[in-house]
Amino acid sequence: MPESAHVDYSTKIPNNVGLQDDQRVLKALEQWHPGYIDWWMTMGPEGFQTSDVYLRTAISIDPKGWAKFDYVKMPEYRWGILLAPRAEDRLVNFGGHKGEKAWQEVPGEYRAMLRRLVVIQGDTEPASVEQQRHLGKTAPSLYDMRNLFQVNVEEGRHLWAMVYLLHKYFGKDGREEAEGLLQRRSGDEDKPRMLGAFNETTPDWLSFFMFTFFTDRDGKMQLESLAQSGFDPLSRTCRFMLTEEAHHMFVGETGVGRVIERTCEAMKQAGIDDPYDIARVRALGVVDLPTLQKKANLHFSLSLDLFGSEVSTNAANFYNSGLKGRFQETRIEDDHALTSATYPVLKLVDGAIKLVEEPALTAINMRLRDDYVKDCQGGVSRWNKVIEKAGIKFELKLPSVTFHRQIGEFKGIHASPEGQLLSDGEWAARKDRWLPSTDDGAFIESLMAPCWEAGRYASWISAPKIGIDSKPGDFEYVKIHRA
Amino acid sequence: MPARIDFQTEPSRYRHWKLKVSGSRADLILDVDENGGLFEGYQLKLNSYDLGVDIELADIVQRLRFEHPQIRVVVLQSGKDRVFCAGANIRMLAGATHAHKVNFCKFTNETRNTIEDASETSGQKYLCAIKGTAAGGGYEMALACDHIILADDGNSTVALPELPLLAVLPGTGGLTRVTDKRKVRRDLADAFCTMEEGVRGSRAVKWRLVDQSVPNSKFEAAITRAVQRLTNATARPAETTGIALTPLERTFEHGAIRYSSLDVDIDRSARRATLTIRGPVTAPPATTGDMQAQGASFWPLRLARELDDAILHLRANEPEIGTLVFKSIGESGRVAGHDAFLDANASHWLAGEIQHYWKRVLKRIDLTSRSLVAMIEPGSCFAGTLAEIAFACDRSFMFDGALKGDNRAPAALTLTASNFGSYPMSNGLSRLATRFIGEPESVETARAVVGTPLDASDCERLGLVTSAFDEIDWDDEVRIFLEERASFSSDGLTGMEANLRFAGPETMETKIFGRLTAWQNWIFQRPNAAGAEGALKRYGTGVKATFDPKRV
Ligand SMILES: [Fe+2]
Ligand SMILES: [Fe+2]
Repeated sequence: MPESAHVDYSTKIPNNVGLQDDQRVLKALEQWHPGYIDWWMTMGPEGFQTSDVYLRTAISIDPKGWAKFDYVKMPEYRWGILLAPRAEDRLVNFGGHKGEKAWQEVPGEYRAMLRRLVVIQGDTEPASVEQQRHLGKTAPSLYDMRNLFQVNVEEGRHLWAMVYLLHKYFGKDGREEAEGLLQRRSGDEDKPRMLGAFNETTPDWLSFFMFTFFTDRDGKMQLESLAQSGFDPLSRTCRFMLTEEAHHMFVGETGVGRVIERTCEAMKQAGIDDPYDIARVRALGVVDLPTLQKKANLHFSLSLDLFGSEVSTNAANFYNSGLKGRFQETRIEDDHALTSATYPVLKLVDGAIKLVEEPALTAINMRLRDDYVKDCQGGVSRWNKVIEKAGIKFELKLPSVTFHRQIGEFKGIHASPEGQLLSDGEWAARKDRWLPSTDDGAFIESLMAPCWEAGRYASWISAPKIGIDSKPGDFEYVKIHRA
Repeated sequence: MPARIDFQTEPSRYRHWKLKVSGSRADLILDVDENGGLFEGYQLKLNSYDLGVDIELADIVQRLRFEHPQIRVVVLQSGKDRVFCAGANIRMLAGATHAHKVNFCKFTNETRNTIEDASETSGQKYLCAIKGTAAGGGYEMALACDHIILADDGNSTVALPELPLLAVLPGTGGLTRVTDKRKVRRDLADAFCTMEEGVRGSRAVKWRLVDQSVPNSKFEAAITRAVQRLTNATARPAETTGIALTPLERTFEHGAIRYSSLDVDIDRSARRATLTIRGPVTAPPATTGDMQAQGASFWPLRLARELDDAILHLRANEPEIGTLVFKSIGESGRVAGHDAFLDANASHWLAGEIQHYWKRVLKRIDLTSRSLVAMIEPGSCFAGTLAEIAFACDRSFMFDGALKGDNRAPAALTLTASNFGSYPMSNGLSRLATRFIGEPESVETARAVVGTPLDASDCERLGLVTSAFDEIDWDDEVRIFLEERASFSSDGLTGMEANLRFAGPETMETKIFGRLTAWQNWIFQRPNAAGAEGALKRYGTGVKATFDPKRV
């Protein structure tokens, strides 16, 4: 029996796009779905596909339907296609088409550009599932394990969202691209994912929390700017995805926060005031704060690369065409055309780092990255509150945007986290102070022992303030049936 | 803008290319220095290139033939991650004068043709291994190679995005090579050329845009195998050492350039340059060993390099010098002697390279958009290879008889075997065959007098010169002709001359240059591309171009 016979596509897939009447998309989805399930089974969370996980499923977009909690086996998760409600008379709000009616169909002249935007966004969704697939077995609690899987199934749904757009609006090419999203693999030499940070490894839970804090936040910024799109289906898709993305960042921020809390608590109990007394802190079975800083340095810098070149013709084209706007575009007070405005861009000029005014249209990436840095800073400040409250003299800082970059203005130079330019020799001598070293990695790995007893937490992380879906502290978030 | 664009360079001065030679394989790495542009106002991002990058490439291709004759396969790759080459730099094009753009395209085309010539006539094969995007001129560079390998990594693509992106056409033979060399089906070619993002992986192979699509993990092995295959399929002298292409003897003076065997005298008010070639002062060497020992100072090679440099200099740096007058001084017998020496030793690698080089220099003259005039005067040595220059000219004038009070021999022109096929034009025919396209028997009549010095009346009768004038008429006729020529529209002359020079069959080369001068240059001038709201001007601003929808 063909795989597709197991799923009644017209009724079992939660959607608000009239799927049952859309023969073209139904047919495409039938073709694509077996490959997706295959991908999920081989590249999704390893070892827990038969476990019952207490997951939230979105079955509709109304307040009652978008967060249904229940035990689910992940391969049976009801991935759906949900778009934010259509706003009547929505307009293109920026660029050369500002004031025109928002497009309900793809304008022919922007077909290639739009497809590219959708494919790049779509490629990140399965990538992070692949990056995180081994983490289940070292989960520091069932609560965290469940959060990991929640993030994973939702990244899967985000992939569905992009695939829906490809199937619905981009014809044969769209179907090929949707197939391609299942073919590429994070970190694979031959078929890598499209963007750098999505080919890095997520070797441990600290990386996972940092990733969901920093890299999912890039996802948020990209979705925010695509939510502004004049192509209405893309806008509506991204608006709904943002509600889920918020949870991913919650997992990251509270995850790191709980690590910090536990470290500070252990230090207090042991009477250690000096956060740099690393050996003693580590002996307590918790993560020392300087190592957390290094992890943050790494993930922040990798995530900055996702914003692309500071000055970018592509970004300018996307904006001017009305396809991808700025963060909170409609709340910005300007002409939303940017044909004569400028924007300050940090650049390398004759070996010095300087702010240079560039045409605002070409500096779209820079602006989004600035907004991103501000957004990150909010979370970092909340982490610092935890440290401050414990009375420990230590402050986590976002490194300079010039630090450890592979893309953009600063890819060819070395800089310290403070933004001082360094020679190759200085960088090589000092980089282990700023980025996780092999030793740091080995130490973190040594902490990664599973803790699967309901209500228990690993030595290096605190319990959360409140449970998911207001469940009690000893709730069994995952009923483990190891395959 | 530099005071003068210099076409001379050498390996220690390269900023954009790295050449590694090992055994019979050369690795050529394109790693453009962003800040190494020839002019101000643009950065050469993403391995994009300008004329300076191409001058280095031309130098490398030339040196590979003369200095590294043992090389059988040249592997062309990018030194940058994720990008092979983004093609000609758009900001450079947008900021350049139209004349510079045209010269730039012409030179890059000549360089691509030189790569193909190296493969075809010297057996130096080119393999292009693409990782990352090869767009526009980047893909056209690949098209000049014998074999193209494209990484199958989901990112690497080949593209000709000029039309959708810039409202112009690929300027380095891209369209013609796609159809005539790669033989891509026309409708697929149409789809390819309107697809900004290009084609990748197995589709690129299926459409014949590349020869192989190979995953990253097998990329190096595929290159090694292809190198092996090309190496086995080609022959080069194994135990050969090359000769050094030493720096040219060249001095710039006010209104003149002096080379060892060529003077260029510029008359700015008349908008005319006179190129006076000095024939060899000695007989040809006795043996090929002696020739090799003379190396770059061997007269035919030395003159070819000097003439090549002078033509390129005049094209790029002297746009208002509309007429080039070719003269020569020397002994015809020695010129013919050198021709005979090269012919007799044509199987020797260096002799062969020198003949092929002359073929390219003569083509460069054919493709020079200036009025070309030969003045065959007493004391001149237009024999064989040098007579070929006269046949490349739009008009040739011969002095009939001797000059009073002058003891030089009367003007004569001597044909050698070189005039009958050694130096085909880009249409594949010799200059005489092209000249006599309507009277092929005239070629045979001329062949019968090879080796005989032909005086003015012989030449007129044989149709080898346009006109012969005696002492009484010469000065006036020549003056009137040159003044009249200078009075015509420069554009009109360029178009007319390019039309009349290439009678006979079309080849890939004639198509490339013909379409470059016609379509590409026209489109480049049109408001849809170059206007204030055109695609070239708007490129990079994010603002869309506004097009005039009228079809012409
Ligand atoms: Fe996502
Ligand atoms: Fe996410």
